[in-house]
Amino acid sequence: MTTTYEPAADFDEVEYEAEFDGVAPTTIPDRSGEEIGPRRTVRTSTLDERFNVLGALAGGLAIATLLFGWIGPLTGVIGWIVVAFLAFIGLYMLLVSLRSDFQEVKDRVATVLIVSAGVLLFGALVFIVVYTLIRGAEALPYPNFFTQTMELTGPLDPLSSGGILHAIVGTLIQIAIALAITIPLGIATAVFLNEVGGRFARFVRTIADAMTALPSIVAGLFVYAAIIQLVTHQRSGFAAALAITVMMLPIVIRASDVVLRLVPANLREASYALGTSRWRTVWHVVLPTARSGLVTAVILGTARGIGETSPVLLTSGITAVMNVNPFSGPMISLPLQVFDFVRSPEPNMIARGFGTAAVLILLVLGLFIVARLIGGRGPGQQSDRQRRAAKAESMRDLQRITVLGDRVAAGAYPPRPAATGDYAEPATPPTRPTSEPEDQK
Amino acid sequence: MTERDTFQTIDDVLLEYERTEVIAPLEGDDGRTRERAAGAGGAGGAEGTPGGGAGDEAPRPRSLVSRQVLSDRVFTSVSFAAGGITVAIMLAVGLFLSIRAGSALQVAGISFLFEQEWSPETQTFGIAAVLFGTVTIAVIALCVGFPLALGTALLLSEVVRGRLRSFLVSLVDLMAAVPSIVFGLWGVFFLQAAIIPVAEWISHYFGWIPVFAVTGDDGQVLTEASAFTSSAFIAGIVVGFMVVPTQASVMREAFSQAPIGEREGAFALGATRWGMIRTVVLPFGRGGIIGGTMLGLGRALGETIAVYMIISPLFAINWQVLKTGTNSVSALIALRYGEASEFGLSALMAAGLVLFLITLVINFTASSIVARSRSGAEST
Repeated sequence: MTTTYEPAADFDEVEYEAEFDGVAPTTIPDRSGEEIGPRRTVRTSTLDERFNVLGALAGGLAIATLLFGWIGPLTGVIGWIVVAFLAFIGLYMLLVSLRSDFQEVKDRVATVLIVSAGVLLFGALVFIVVYTLIRGAEALPYPNFFTQTMELTGPLDPLSSGGILHAIVGTLIQIAIALAITIPLGIATAVFLNEVGGRFARFVRTIADAMTALPSIVAGLFVYAAIIQLVTHQRSGFAAALAITVMMLPIVIRASDVVLRLVPANLREASYALGTSRWRTVWHVVLPTARSGLVTAVILGTARGIGETSPVLLTSGITAVMNVNPFSGPMISLPLQVFDFVRSPEPNMIARGFGTAAVLILLVLGLFIVARLIGGRGPGQQSDRQRRAAKAESMRDLQRITVLGDRVAAGAYPPRPAATGDYAEPATPPTRPTSEPEDQK
Repeated sequence: MTERDTFQTIDDVLLEYERTEVIAPLEGDDGRTRERAAGAGGAGGAEGTPGGGAGDEAPRPRSLVSRQVLSDRVFTSVSFAAGGITVAIMLAVGLFLSIRAGSALQVAGISFLFEQEWSPETQTFGIAAVLFGTVTIAVIALCVGFPLALGTALLLSEVVRGRLRSFLVSLVDLMAAVPSIVFGLWGVFFLQAAIIPVAEWISHYFGWIPVFAVTGDDGQVLTEASAFTSSAFIAGIVVGFMVVPTQASVMREAFSQAPIGEREGAFALGATRWGMIRTVVLPFGRGGIIGGTMLGLGRALGETIAVYMIISPLFAINWQVLKTGTNSVSALIALRYGEASEFGLSALMAAGLVLFLITLVINFTASSIVARSRSGAEST
C-alpha cells in the first residue's frame, strides 16, 4: 500500500505569495510525487518476539513434563506449573539475549512477569468461579432445589429431595431490609458530605472511613451483644439485616461520595445562578447527574452485603424451614446455608453446598453486570436513549416558546409590560448610554 | 414561581404567564402602569442606571444576607441528621465494644496480651496465640498478594490498553465482590489437596529455616500429608487471593496518575518500558503501593469465614506455618460466641476490640499515605 503526496487542491501558491508582497515567510517544499510508505504499527510485537515467547513456552512445558514424568520424583499440579513457569522464564531470557542487549532482556522479562501476574490472578478468579459452578452443577439441575426447603430432608437423602428456597427467601428479605436502611441513609450522608460540608462533615467522612475498617465478625458480634442479647433475646432475620447494614453503609457512603464529587461544579453553579434553592439544586441537578453512579454504588454495596457470611453467622441463626417473618425466629441466608451444608461430611450435602454457592455467585455476577451496564459511564454522560429523550424535551420547549410568541404576536394576549409594581425593568434593552462622557465633563 | 418545575402543556405556560405578569397589572390602574413603564424606560436611557427603581426613589443598598427557604432548611437538617445517624451507629459500635470489653479487660489486665490460653471460665485467657495466628496468616497473604497485585496493577496501567483494559479493570472489581465463603470452599475442597505437595517440598528442602520446618512434639521431622493440612500457609494463600483486588485497584490508580511528561521524557531519553516504569511509575506510585498494601493487610486481618473453614483451631503460638493448626481473632469469635457466658462474651468483645483497633490504625495510616502521595503527584 503506497500512496503519493498530493498538495491540497484549493491551495493557490501565487495568491499565497501575493498576500505577503511576493515574499512568503515560509516555503513548503514540493513533495508531489514523493512516496510515502505504508503506515507502521508501532504497538504490536514483531514476528521474532512472538516466536521467542512461543518457543520458550513450549520449552518450559516440555522441561516440566519431562522432570515430573520421567526424571524427578516430583508430584502435584501446582509444582508442575511452578517448574514450567521457571523454565519458561529462563528459556525466554536466553532467547531474547541472543538478539538483544541487557536492557532489552530486562524489559522483556519484566513484561513477561507482569503479564503472568495478571494471567495468574485472572486465571485464579475464573477458576474459582468455574470450579464452584462445575461442582454445583450436580445439584442445580433438580428443580426441587429451588422450590423446596430442607425441612423434611436429612443428610442422607438424595439430591432429588430438599432445596434452598428458604435460604433464597431469607437472603432477599434480609437484603431488602438492609437496603431500605442503607440507601436513604447512605445517599443522604454522601449528599451531606458533598453539598452541605463544614467541620462536622469532615468528621463524618473520617468516621465513615474508619467504619470500612470494621471487621465483619466484629459487626456481627456487636449486633449479637447489643440487639439480640439486650433487646430481642432471639436470633432473627432483622438482626442479620442490621449486621449487613453496618457492613454495607460505609461502602455505599464512600462510593456515593466519590460519585457526587465527580458532578461538575459548573452544573451546580448554573443552577444556583438561575436562583434555585439548594435543595432543588441537589434534587434536580446533582442527583440526576450522578444517578448512574449512585445506582452502581448501591448495587456494588448489595453484592458485598449478599455475600457477607460472618456477621450473619452470629445473628440470623440456622434453620431448615421457611421463615418469612424477619422479626421472630431464625432465618437463614444463602452464604450461611453454604456454610451449614459443607460442615456435613455427606457428599450430597457438599453437593448442595456447592449448588448454593453457585446460586450465590450467579446472583453476585448478575448484580455486577447490571451495575456495569448502568454505571459504565461517568456522571453527566448520557446513554443514547437519554440523549434522545433530552432532545425531544428541548424540541417541545422550542415549540412551546414559539407557539407562545406567535400567540402574543397575533394579539391574542397583550404584550408583556415593562414594569409591575415597585420592581422596574427597563423596557428597552439596557443599552450603553452615550451621554455619559458628556455628564462627566 | 409555583412548586411546579416544568410545564406540562402550553396552557400551563399561558396560565402562569397571565397569573403573574400580564393580567395582574392590567386589573389595576392601567394608565399609571404604562406611564411608569415609560418613565422607567426613559430614566434608564437618560441616567444610565437600568433598573434603578421607579420614579424618584433612591436605590436602596441590597442586603446580601440570604434567607433560607423552608425546603432548604428541611434539606439541611435532614442531611445533617443522616450524617449524625451514621456517626451515631459507628460510635455505638465502638463504645459498646469498649464498655462490654471493659469487664474482661479488668480481670485479665495486661496479661490479656500475653496469655495464649482461651478459657474465660477459669479466668485465664489472652490473645497472644490468636493474634499471632492472625498476623501470620496476614503476612503470608501479603507475600502471596503483593507481587500479584503489583504485577496486575502495572499490567492494567502500563501494558494493556483500550477495551481489554476496561474489561480487566471490571474483572478486578468483580473479584473484590466474590463472597468470601466461595473462596473458603475453593480453599478447602481444591487448594488444600493441590498445595500439600508444595508444602511438603518446601519443608523438605527449606526445613533448616525454622519457620518452614514441620516437626512433632519431640522434635522429629513429620512427612505425612496429614501434618500439612489446615495450616496457616493454606489459609494465607486463600486470603492473599482475596486481598489482591483491593491492593491492585489502589496501586493502579496511583500508577495511572504518574505524570505523562516524565513518562515521555524517559522514553525520549531512550528508556525501555521497564526502565520507564522503574524510574517514573514506581517512584510516583510509591504512596499507592504502600497504602494499597496496608489496606489489603487490614482486610486480611479481619477476614473470617474463609480462615474459619480452613484452619484447625489451636490455642498456642505455632511458628511452623506449614504445620497443621493455627488461629485467628475472627475465627476465635466465630468459634466461641455461641457457647459463651456473659463474661466469655465480654472476653470475645475485648479480642474483637483489639482486632478493630489494629485494623483501624492500619487503615488510617494507609489512607493518609495514599492521600499524601496523591496530592504530591499533583503538585509536581
